[in-house]
Amino acid sequence: MDVRKVAKLAHLEISEEEVDLYTPQMAEIVNYIEQLNELDTDLVEPMLGGLTREGAVTESMREDIPAGSLGQTAALSEAPSAVSGHFQVPKVL
Amino acid sequence: MANAEKLNPQLNSFLSIEHEHALRQALAVDGRSEMPLAGMAIAVKDNICTEGMRTSCGSHILHNYRAQYNATAIERLNNAGAVMVGKTNMDEFAMGSSNESSAFGLVRNPWDVSRVPGGSSGGSAVAVASGVVRASLGSETGGSVRQPAALCGIVGLKPTYGRISRYGLVAFASSLDNIGIFGTTASDVADVLGVIAGHDPKDSTSADVPVPDYNFSLGADVSGKTIGVPRALFGEGLDADVRHSVEASIENFRSLGAKIVDVELPHAKYGIAVYYIIATAEASSNLARYDGARYGFRADNAPGLREMYFRTREAGFGAEVKRRIMLGTYVLSSGYYDAYYSKAQKVRNLVKQDYERSFANCDAILTPTSPSTAFKIGERSDDPLAMYLSDIYTVSANLAGVPAISVPCGLSENGLPIGLQLVGNFWSEDVLLNLASAYETAFPLGVDPAVYVG
Repeated sequence: MDVRKVAKLAHLEISEEEVDLYTPQMAEIVNYIEQLNELDTDLVEPMLGGLTREGAVTESMREDIPAGSLGQTAALSEAPSAVSGHFQVPKVL
Repeated sequence: MANAEKLNPQLNSFLSIEHEHALRQALAVDGRSEMPLAGMAIAVKDNICTEGMRTSCGSHILHNYRAQYNATAIERLNNAGAVMVGKTNMDEFAMGSSNESSAFGLVRNPWDVSRVPGGSSGGSAVAVASGVVRASLGSETGGSVRQPAALCGIVGLKPTYGRISRYGLVAFASSLDNIGIFGTTASDVADVLGVIAGHDPKDSTSADVPVPDYNFSLGADVSGKTIGVPRALFGEGLDADVRHSVEASIENFRSLGAKIVDVELPHAKYGIAVYYIIATAEASSNLARYDGARYGFRADNAPGLREMYFRTREAGFGAEVKRRIMLGTYVLSSGYYDAYYSKAQKVRNLVKQDYERSFANCDAILTPTSPSTAFKIGERSDDPLAMYLSDIYTVSANLAGVPAISVPCGLSENGLPIGLQLVGNFWSEDVLLNLASAYETAFPLGVDPAVYVG
């Protein structure tokens, strides 16, 4: 695994020391998970999600009744930087 | 409250102690004996949202975050009269098996303060084991309630997937995450489960399955119950002390009238590999939201938006979280998806089929909870894979979605607690609590930890 490339895909600015630390650790973990290759799974259906049979048939639709939402003040209350009702971030372009 | 404050400098199980809030709640429910949990003190893991209180997930990236709403489980506890004492320490984003990956310091095991309490819900386990509260909430993705329960000598339940609403539980791996419950006894766990279980319109994965009276089944006779034992899993990597204790517990169940049968779980040994593909894939997606824009920590002085993302995440996450985000990103990346993620989903189905087949012949499956007793602080922190193998007996219940409970079953030669695990069929929490209660009543541990406020 190219740790630098994967870190970039994951939006992590990792240091050279971290590359040296993670490279052998990740290699060992990837080697471990590859033991699944010894199983023949051609005829097995993949299990999607964690739902039980009962969970899958549970009716999740509800009446379309308007209810209160979080609101602008609460939604912005944890922002590192907020200006006139908006989240403020560094320049995009 | 006094006990929490007294022990915390030594054990570090609480990240925040909510003095005023708890007093207000306690006064409000004083004399309200019609409420099922009136005045019961409860501690809550710091990845479960509690309105107006810090909810840090043990991470620097949320070090200053205050939740803006309550989790459904918290709403239900409040309505039942429970008193929340505080928020508990945990491995960062629930990723770990020792509580050493918390950004706010490790937690110490009250049986031996040079040892870990297990994880990731280490703080919630220690809050119960040290006698501060009778019950607490944790969370489970691969064993994060059962493993620390075993290492701390208490009861820990992971319910069926969909039994307890995940609304307000900060997401790690959504198809595996559950809220779990610690208690000094099975009865404490039953009290809390009865209140927080049940369908919630705010969580579309919570199931509409009736919630029984869990206390009603606690005292039932266990003779006639059938317990399956997967002998093939009692081999390599299992400590001799743990093996002896768990083997003895099988005989103890037999003496209570339970019938013991052999079962086979041929794919359980692949559980860790499947887990570290699926859990990290889901985590890499769920943790993409921590970017410094809307809440939590933001790195200073980034010249542009992309640099802000990169620097915030680099400085905000610890090493274990970064490893798992990278592994998840890798297994989902173009060209690798079928080899890893798709393969893991198929083996996950095989793990689930093992259980479905086994439960045709038994009511519960008995194994050790953890292959070892509490290990020394620092012993596994440089070896991520060795740490992952701590969850070898617990992860497959999360993969299949079935409930499981850890119950104390003895002490090792050096006086550390050992836990047995009972895995049940879907929605059979009542059967597990019945078996756990019968066991702890007939074979109590009978010893308190070294650090304990009774």
